[in-house]
Amino acid sequence: MNSEQQYIDLYHQANDLICRHSAPLMNAHRQEALEAFQRLGFPSKQVERYKYTDVAQIFAPDYGLNLGRIDIPVNPYEVFRCDVPNLSTSLYFVLNDLFYDKALPKATLPEGVIISSLGKACEEFPDVVKRCYGQLARSGKDAINALNTMLAQDGLFIYVPRGLVVDRTIQVINILRSDVDLMVNRRVLIVLEEGAQARILVCDHALDDRNFLATQVSEVFVGENAHLELYELEETHVKCHRMSNMYVQMQANSTAVLDNITLQNGQTRNRTDVQLAGEGAEVHMNGCVIADQKQHVDNNTLIDHAAPHCQSHELYKYVLDDEAVGAFAGRILVREGAQHTVSKETNANLCASRTARMYAQPMLEIYADDVKCSHGSTVGQLGDAALFYMRQRGIPEDEARLLLKYAFVGEVLDSIRLESLRDRLHHLVEKRFRGELSKCKDCKLCK
Amino acid sequence: MLEIIDLHASINGKEILKGINLTVREGEVHALMGQNGAGKSTLSNVIVGHPSYEVTQGKILFNGKDLLELKPEDRAHEGIFLSFQQPVEIPGVSMVNFMRAALNAKRKYQGLEPLSAGDFLKLMREKRRIVELDNKLANRSVNEGFSGGEKKRNEIFQMAMLEPTLSILDETDSGLDVDALRIVAEGFNKLRTPQTSAIVITHYQRLLDYLKPDVVHVLLAGRIVKTAGPELAFEIEKRGFDWIKEEQ
Repeated sequence: MNSEQQYIDLYHQANDLICRHSAPLMNAHRQEALEAFQRLGFPSKQVERYKYTDVAQIFAPDYGLNLGRIDIPVNPYEVFRCDVPNLSTSLYFVLNDLFYDKALPKATLPEGVIISSLGKACEEFPDVVKRCYGQLARSGKDAINALNTMLAQDGLFIYVPRGLVVDRTIQVINILRSDVDLMVNRRVLIVLEEGAQARILVCDHALDDRNFLATQVSEVFVGENAHLELYELEETHVKCHRMSNMYVQMQANSTAVLDNITLQNGQTRNRTDVQLAGEGAEVHMNGCVIADQKQHVDNNTLIDHAAPHCQSHELYKYVLDDEAVGAFAGRILVREGAQHTVSKETNANLCASRTARMYAQPMLEIYADDVKCSHGSTVGQLGDAALFYMRQRGIPEDEARLLLKYAFVGEVLDSIRLESLRDRLHHLVEKRFRGELSKCKDCKLCK
Repeated sequence: MLEIIDLHASINGKEILKGINLTVREGEVHALMGQNGAGKSTLSNVIVGHPSYEVTQGKILFNGKDLLELKPEDRAHEGIFLSFQQPVEIPGVSMVNFMRAALNAKRKYQGLEPLSAGDFLKLMREKRRIVELDNKLANRSVNEGFSGGEKKRNEIFQMAMLEPTLSILDETDSGLDVDALRIVAEGFNKLRTPQTSAIVITHYQRLLDYLKPDVVHVLLAGRIVKTAGPELAFEIEKRGFDWIKEEQ
């Protein structure tokens, strides 16, 4: 049986169960998604934007799914402390795909700002969900979108109404928790209306030593003059597979920071698709990947300059060791009429071992004639001259290698705007290089 | 202190050193002169354990220990320091972190506790003065954006921090103007004690005017062909190397 068929069969068998435990607004998209998935199948490596990740192989194992929405008896506020603590009192948890609302943070949000489960939002704010859900993440154009839309039953909803500013950083922790190998299909909708401002930090963790496969499809709407900072930090473990598709649509004069850090993982593919739809929009994307063993991290980005006077600045850095595989494919598309575009893409990679592999593919497509664009990519090894210089001064080889790796990603860590995250990351990255960053360090569940 | 016996070494299969014999005693300064390609830098690289060079014959003893058995970092811990001809730029690694890692590694080797942050910074301040190194430079990345003179001053600053017993200065005078040369040479002299020794590789008398070597050696095609007192350096300055070649 091919990988696709088990999901199609599952859908046919469990359609009632899926729909019964999900909102009608989400159910309305399932049939179309099924048809798209049947037509597309999992992308082979012949599909350009999937050429670095073997999707069918990731989806081939038989995972359990919690389609019946069996309760997970865990209070994350009691058992879990994230590696980025004390950041905010606006702390929320998503357990697998379930927004945890039995205990919520004390901090009060400005009136009208909503952070809730997507399912609940479908009932309470049907207009917003209807207007946004499935609008950017089209099933017809991507098999992962289609599969997620077929199977997803819940997720996260963040809404900031017009003109409102959320001062405090909103921290969302995605926790994977299961006693059996588990597949999770999570859906995220983030809407900032005109002039709204919010800063969101999303951390991915896994509490159990199980095989996990999490698909996450996010749709992010940034209204005119709105400002969004969205930081994603993955700190899971080698048995976790993350397939994330994020679509961001930015209106005129809006700004966004979309940073993505992979500190610890199994196999990860992050697709980030940014559409600069309105004049004067500006996006900053920083990415940092640290991988060793047989970890696999594939960041695939598209920045679509669809309007004039927009800016995009992208910096991704990788440090790969052992037999890790990294991929960065960053496509910048400057459409006809997108005059006065400013775009800069930089990707630099360090292979610290002979067996680590990096695939770097910067792409720049320009159909306008008055633009300022640059892109560049490098893959290098640790400098022998620097290593020897340090050893001659008495720094042991391991320590010298660590200092050089740490220095390499320093630039991208320094460019993270959220100060508390930046400081914490410097510390976490150093620990990571020292091999001291283990999973579940602060979790009571698996001890 | 340092005893080199019949040392042969090669790089990429090409033999550069063809039987070096050299003894440096406590408190002595030896000058090593010779034309480009004679093997001077190779000799200093082999002493500090550069991995590109292969020792094919002979041995090096340092205070009785077999140096060739030690890793480069442990040779440093034993008290050997090389002032690089071309100091390496290390973007992103601050001088402070670099020096702290080096100093604390040495203290660990000696069985000492790491220095506290306060004591360490105090030491940095104190040693900086020896070579008049700007505080700004100390806060920057290692050698990054330093001028030629600043790089060489930085080498002597590191020497001051690590307090080696044997220092090798590999063309520390190259690329220096007269003032910078004076600062570097005087800095080096301030660090000298009756227990410390040095090997100074240079093409010019000017540095030796400051450092006052006890012995001058001439290296030719991988061998030491002449050894004499400081007057030899004056003669080379005047007459070049050809007359030595002809003597062979």
